[in-house]
Amino acid sequence: MKVMAKSRTLYDKIWDNHLIQSENDTSLIYIDRHLVHEVTSPQAFEGLREAGRKVRAPNKTIAVPDHNVATTSDRLTNFGSEEGRIQLETLDKNARDFGIHYYAVDDIRQGIVHIIGPEQGWTLPGMTIVCGDSHTATHGAFGALAHGIGTSEVEHVLATQTLIQQKSKNMKVEVSGELGNGVTAKDITLTIIGKTGTAGGTGHVIEYCGNAIESLSMEGRMTVCNMAIEGGARAGLIAPDQKTLDYVKGRPHSPKGEKWDKAVKFWKTLFSDPDAYFDKEIFLKAEDIAPVVTWGTSPEDVLPITDFVPSPDNFKGSKVEAAKRSLEYMGLRPGQKLQDIEVDAVFIGSCTNGRIEDLREVEKIVKGKKVKSGIRAMVVPGSGLVKKQAEEEGIANSLKEAGFDWRMPGCSMCLAMNPDQLLPEERCAATSNRNFEGRQGRGGRTHLMSPAMAAAAAITGRLTDVRDI
Amino acid sequence: MEKFNILEGIAAPMPLINIDTDMLIPKQFLKTIKRTGLGENLFFEMRYDQNGNEIKDFILNKDHYSKASIIVGGANFGCGSSREHAPWALKDFGIKCIISTSFADIFFNNCFKNGILPIIVSEDLHQILLQDAEMETTSIMKIYLENQKIVRNNGDQLDFEVDEFKKYCLLNGLDDIGLTLKSADKISIFEKEYSDKFSWS
Repeated sequence: MKVMAKSRTLYDKIWDNHLIQSENDTSLIYIDRHLVHEVTSPQAFEGLREAGRKVRAPNKTIAVPDHNVATTSDRLTNFGSEEGRIQLETLDKNARDFGIHYYAVDDIRQGIVHIIGPEQGWTLPGMTIVCGDSHTATHGAFGALAHGIGTSEVEHVLATQTLIQQKSKNMKVEVSGELGNGVTAKDITLTIIGKTGTAGGTGHVIEYCGNAIESLSMEGRMTVCNMAIEGGARAGLIAPDQKTLDYVKGRPHSPKGEKWDKAVKFWKTLFSDPDAYFDKEIFLKAEDIAPVVTWGTSPEDVLPITDFVPSPDNFKGSKVEAAKRSLEYMGLRPGQKLQDIEVDAVFIGSCTNGRIEDLREVEKIVKGKKVKSGIRAMVVPGSGLVKKQAEEEGIANSLKEAGFDWRMPGCSMCLAMNPDQLLPEERCAATSNRNFEGRQGRGGRTHLMSPAMAAAAAITGRLTDVRDI
Repeated sequence: MEKFNILEGIAAPMPLINIDTDMLIPKQFLKTIKRTGLGENLFFEMRYDQNGNEIKDFILNKDHYSKASIIVGGANFGCGSSREHAPWALKDFGIKCIISTSFADIFFNNCFKNGILPIIVSEDLHQILLQDAEMETTSIMKIYLENQKIVRNNGDQLDFEVDEFKKYCLLNGLDDIGLTLKSADKISIFEKEYSDKFSWS
């Protein structure tokens, strides 16, 4: 008896749709959207020029400055550094010379590349999306295969609209049950990384599923997929559903009319077949997830806020040395109560948590309260449109009244390429995605958490259980 | 791209796990619009103190290891961002090969695009090579890409695996774009069929 068509995962389906050719393990896949920013693209455009090549599909290529832009109101004239100015001008020139879509710094639609892709409707289910940035995984929330690439690959995609790839393995992360009070998408994604480790997803594409994932808004789903890379996976995916369609509909670049109907019909086929094979499976109960924070210098160093700083002896193998080094860098001692850790700064923003819903969460916590005296608290909306919406909803006012610094959109202190940086030993409650040594400024100490938890820390001046506020 | 075949050089031991791309090259050096000149800032925060002086204890600051062309690194090497500035900095410093038990995916790919060979070995072999690297006298290794062998200072030969296509590109110093453009017709045919089927894309 012959078997019917093989059961496929969502990843398998998207892969098959984009496969141009395959030899041994090496495949050439077609790319639907190429997002470009100022930091990882100059050398790629230079390569094109040197070889006399054009951008193959300028209408599928979208550029925006985000990493390096200043977040102060004088940013059109004050770049923070001469090198930064040159890099921004280089993107501007490249975008115009090669005729690609471009949102300049003074455009209200400018923002973090992974925020504006979905916002403008460039990000659609079933697509392949790449960008010279590891947090491209964000777009997986729409059921698109999206991942970061290096600059050589940026040049390759610009020139050929394809990417040489080896197919990844399939990994399933299922979160079922009901999320507790104060538990958010950020807590889910951090808890997963805490469980699997930063290399747990290496070589895999993760599909997040289960009713706890389905219950999340698109913003929450983007937060979950955004940090697939911190779990070692190049890409994270969530199957599209009605929420996805509702989000996408009516965006400037999403399909209209007949095309919309045709697209929806196809998008409804984008799910993993019930008996599809996953190489690795992880199951979590939503009830077991608490509001969490990181204590160390790896995103896997995750603990519930009610816990204590661990001792290096709690670990095995090479993690013992790594934990020792982390604690020394973070200025923490084993056994210390996490809620006793005082912070100097609060950063709310980034491609992980710089969307409107995140700012609403912050407002809920801080409205009518004050940022603790002496704390530097900064909010950086993910895009000009998020900023505008937050201003219209009165969120900006509430946050400003509470004592937050309300900034212009960009990546800002998530990677601190622009002047928004921590000072040595300054400790920060951050909604971003990486707590590496020096990430937010040399010697700076980062604790990752949800926007609500960061807001709570701003009020109390220490790491705080948001459920107590 | 420069061809890679046989490499003989000093291996520096860096057993720390999760050596991330911010450690390899911090953000202040990502403002460049060039691929070159990043070597002096490789491992910047581990290598220099706040005043810009070399930290003597750091392995690549030690006289012998400052000439290293191989790193035997801890697990999950190169985790973090997609910045190709990390392999550019390694290459500019003179590193041509990294040996670890695991690498982050994007970094792993980026290495090959820049003539750097990342080699994945078992825990056991990793321990042996780490010990070799830790002693100056045994730290010189040979890497034979064509035969896929690491030759220790004592003459022992260890096999390693490498993807055939990536090996072929490294051995011949091939530019991916040139190779892909040989399939330009296929891409055009695919693109046409694809845009007929997925008209909204």
